Amino acid sequence: MLRDGNEVSCLDEDPEAHARLEVSLDTSWEDHGGQFTVGTGLEIDALTAAGVEKADAFIASTDGDNTNIIIAQIAKRRFNVPTVIARILDPLRAEWYEKQGVNTICPTKVAIEMLEAQVKEAGGAAEAGG
Amino acid sequence: MGGRMYFIIVGAGKVGWNLARELIDKGNEVTVIENDRDRYLTVEQELEHSVQYGDASELWVLERAGISRADMVIAVTGDDEDNMLICQVAKEKYLVDRIIARVNNPRNRQHFELLGVKPYVSATDLILRLLEHEVPEYGLVHLLDLPEERLEIIEMLLAKDSKVSGKRVGDLDMPEGTLLISVLREGQGGFVPGPDTVLESGDEVLAVLDPTVEEDLKAFFGPPGGDGAS
Repeated sequence: MLRDGNEVSCLDEDPEAHARLEVSLDTSWEDHGGQFTVGTGLEIDALTAAGVEKADAFIASTDGDNTNIIIAQIAKRRFNVPTVIARILDPLRAEWYEKQGVNTICPTKVAIEMLEAQVKEAGGAAEAGG
Repeated sequence: MGGRMYFIIVGAGKVGWNLARELIDKGNEVTVIENDRDRYLTVEQELEHSVQYGDASELWVLERAGISRADMVIAVTGDDEDNMLICQVAKEKYLVDRIIARVNNPRNRQHFELLGVKPYVSATDLILRLLEHEVPEYGLVHLLDLPEERLEIIEMLLAKDSKVSGKRVGDLDMPEGTLLISVLREGQGGFVPGPDTVLESGDEVLAVLDPTVEEDLKAFFGPPGGDGAS
């Protein structure tokens, strides 16, 4: 998203995560216009420092469904960020929160659909070949 | 809690386990949900079928526990995020009438408010409240807060230089929106004051009031020179 000319700010509780942002960059993340804040999404001060108040979009994609659901709601209800997306692994919950107005991405569902498609394709090819 | 009610308790830690035991003893039906296998096996030895193994932040686990017929869901895990979400889902998806959530980190209270997860209980806040009560020099002590109803009950110690000590209750010009309901006096215990009761320094006065006039009441019972009282 940074490469597409957007401003991107990352919030992570692990200071080491910064190094990961610079993989495949020739200069630093900051030189590319990126921002990095250490903290958790439940800390209002950290969210503010990361610039949530001026964000056009907010993506909650920590490795915890619960955390993502809560911070997405904080971004939406408290900071009125126009576009909020949460990563939710559990398909049932992803469906429910989607209905509640939280935009969700469910990697489990996406992976299942891709796997199914590949299996069908391979099956079809095998049938056609045999 | 006289009648037989169905409670779902999430988290079989010290709080959840003891709460379950009390509620079962009172004749209620209880299901405890615990997501740590070892803890579950320990608790299961006593509570037997009243405890289930699983992660209650997953909907099917709540459904297996029969959430749609629960009278109350109590989330007392050591994780605030779990407690918030479980209660939010119980209320909004399964339309459970009553919930109680435990707050582990008082700084998360604002998030419970934001998600409409109420009432919540915070051990830290309870201890702070008790501390205020035990150390009256602290000033005004909140005994009960009902912010939605815009009502609170406070207790305040009348210091030596209080403007109202030596005055008849009937002569007090209490700030609007406040009512003196009780006086605790050394050696006499607590009593409801009449118009002829004379307040003394060292009395602890209890008042019910609108939270917005708390400062006025504080000044009213305080030393001369403060604002808001005449």
